[in-house]
Amino acid sequence: MKRRDSLKAISLTGFGLAVNPVEAAVPAPPDVKPLKVPGGRQKFEAERDAKLNAEKFFTAHELQTVTILCDIIIPADEKSGSASQAGVPAFIEFMMKDQPRNQTPMRGGIRWLDNTCVKRYGKKFALCTKAQQIDMVEQIAYPSQAKPDMTQGASFFSFMRNMTASGFFTSQMGIKDIGYVGNTPNQWDGVPEDVLKQYGLAYEEREIKKDWPEDYKK
Amino acid sequence: MDPFQIQKAPVQYDVAIIGSGAGGGMAAYTLAKAGAKVVLLEAGGYFDPADPKYITQLKWPWESPRRGASTTRAFGDFDAAWGGWEIEGEPYSAKPGTEFHWFRSRMLGGRTNHWGRISMRFGPDDFRRKSLTGVGDDWPITYEDFKPFYDRVDKMIGVFGSIENFPNEPNGYFLPPPKPRLHELMLRKGAQSIGIPVIPSRLSILTKPINNERGSCFYCSQCGRACQAYADFSSSSVLCIPAVKTGNVTLINGAMAREVLTDPQTGLATGVSYVDTRTLEEVTVRAKSVILSASTCESARLLLNSKSSRFPQGLANSSGVVGKYLNDSTGASRSGFVPALMDRKRYNEDGVGGMHVFTPWWLDNKKLDFPRGYHIEYGGGMGMPGYGFGGGIENMNGRFPGRDGKMKPGGGYGASLKDDYRRFYGAYVGMAGRGEPVPLESNYCEIDPNSVDKYGIPTLRFHYKWSDYEIKQAKHMQDTFEQIITSMGGTPLGNKPGPENNYGLEAPGKIIHEVGTVRMGNDPNKSALNKWQQAHDVKNLFVVDAAPFVSQGDKNVTWTILAASMRTSEYLIDQVKQKNI
Repeated sequence: MKRRDSLKAISLTGFGLAVNPVEAAVPAPPDVKPLKVPGGRQKFEAERDAKLNAEKFFTAHELQTVTILCDIIIPADEKSGSASQAGVPAFIEFMMKDQPRNQTPMRGGIRWLDNTCVKRYGKKFALCTKAQQIDMVEQIAYPSQAKPDMTQGASFFSFMRNMTASGFFTSQMGIKDIGYVGNTPNQWDGVPEDVLKQYGLAYEEREIKKDWPEDYKK
Repeated sequence: MDPFQIQKAPVQYDVAIIGSGAGGGMAAYTLAKAGAKVVLLEAGGYFDPADPKYITQLKWPWESPRRGASTTRAFGDFDAAWGGWEIEGEPYSAKPGTEFHWFRSRMLGGRTNHWGRISMRFGPDDFRRKSLTGVGDDWPITYEDFKPFYDRVDKMIGVFGSIENFPNEPNGYFLPPPKPRLHELMLRKGAQSIGIPVIPSRLSILTKPINNERGSCFYCSQCGRACQAYADFSSSSVLCIPAVKTGNVTLINGAMAREVLTDPQTGLATGVSYVDTRTLEEVTVRAKSVILSASTCESARLLLNSKSSRFPQGLANSSGVVGKYLNDSTGASRSGFVPALMDRKRYNEDGVGGMHVFTPWWLDNKKLDFPRGYHIEYGGGMGMPGYGFGGGIENMNGRFPGRDGKMKPGGGYGASLKDDYRRFYGAYVGMAGRGEPVPLESNYCEIDPNSVDKYGIPTLRFHYKWSDYEIKQAKHMQDTFEQIITSMGGTPLGNKPGPENNYGLEAPGKIIHEVGTVRMGNDPNKSALNKWQQAHDVKNLFVVDAAPFVSQGDKNVTWTILAASMRTSEYLIDQVKQKNI
């Protein structure tokens, strides 16, 4: 019998106590499986991540809208896949829960977009034709040119653009696309010769001397 | 178990050290090597940069669900510092109209696990600013007192750099510095063309092996994550773990020091009372000497909380100076965009953690309207993308022509936007000034009469305001940053910070270089410690973090903490041998 059940049993069968034991007022901690803390994480961080991953923020409609927007912002091209192929919608979902200050601009922004699309095209954004979606995006994709009734939409789209880029270029696909080739043990021996030449730069004499400064062994 | 039960350990140690950062690590190492029996108390958990349990080095951004964002760690998911400016259950406060942000790392090695490894000696002038300028105070010692210890720290721990023979940037025993990256060569060429020196940085990273215990740098640029090869200086890997290996150090993690205990008759320190952070039990350790190295503010807090009838103002505080003269580095920054770096050739330019070149203070304050200098740190290059990558492109891609040479409005979407991210990657530079403030008595921490932390220990309340000296220095930084960015053909980004926001001067505590709260001096009425960092009032009590420092120079203070702690530890050994303690 679990502790919680035994306490319940005590209060039901009654031992003549006018008041239940104080302990009974405090619910027993829920049965949780011990969490495996991944390397490099503190326990509280691992617990927090597990909790957030178990929660759901976007509705199906919102997630669909986010996915369409991501792929309009970063589509597949000859070099790499699209934002959704790189898992960006799931990243954005996580960031909504991780940093709740994102929630209102995101949820409200999607509502704004749907309201505006219903006004313009009679349908919510996700249900619009591709041509209508692009027509809508054109109104909000260039903040400095947004018309007065489109400025909130421009802010929302910039927010989406930044979240999408952040998610895409930190994915395996995006890092390959951007051409970052580090994060691996190596020897740094300066800027490649051809690049130095391209920029008309050179190292100082002392920098290319072997074992400079000589007196480090003293 | 009764949480208020007091456990008394039967052992009497030779020395109890509170805190395992640079100062405490060096003290534990030096004393243990000399044969002393040491108990090392650390409020946080155990940490070894080489244990996979703790390693974040060489992880990829997608291994973090938030891609390394700073939600739970101030410098992001992969940073090695546990803790931050805010710690659950460990509050602090500030007096109205003032602010101070207190960064704490609760872990073996403290903040040295993630620091920038910028390892500069103070120069001769840094010890005598009052004599030179009439503002501030002189130290009770000179560069010559510290020089032998700086030399030994260089050789023992390792630092790269270059012999420059600058009068106030002393030479050291340097390992070879890494060659500058492309943007650093451009910065150097630009800055030198307008008379601003740019020299190899001085970082405690091993570009050559120095012993069999530590590896050498493999150029991943991630010193902030702590190095599994022990190729950078962290107190955990380089001092604490080797000290424990001597067999002479008892390391106690989860020991939140509450009070230094004293004998009411003799007034000598007898040990430390701490709260076990797991059980919340109060535990006492006894020791013949006590060394505080809990960090500048934490050491002051401990002394102020160690009140007794014999020491009603707190321990080592008959002068009333404990907590006062708190000072952090000034900091201001600016970034720029370098069109010549668009569409760069890709190659691995990670290099060491942080900058390969920097600018030491190069001007004469007598000709300026502020009394202290600053150095400049540089950033940029083709770094590993992290959370926030590409942010704000709508303010950038409308300012520079596309591949077709045509301008377009900022923002956008689709294939051309995707291409812009590639074109702009690696074309940014950043620079940050780190300057010397004038320590003021009116900037202080004190015990908050109304608050305790979750361990029941009274907390700190800060009172800190920048003076005109620091604001004028920040103004000078901003002018210089624009000149440097322009000199290399770059475009400064954002609006130039002006008087409306103190020229971008960061709030006190944000640079995490705070010093000065338990200052040393020759006059016991004006200082808490003598020139050996030994309490005037309690001869078996020492402070070896940055709290004793009279000022902080325009240098990062860790190398000086190490040199001073080594010097004090050897003084203690000598005093014990002479039976003075």
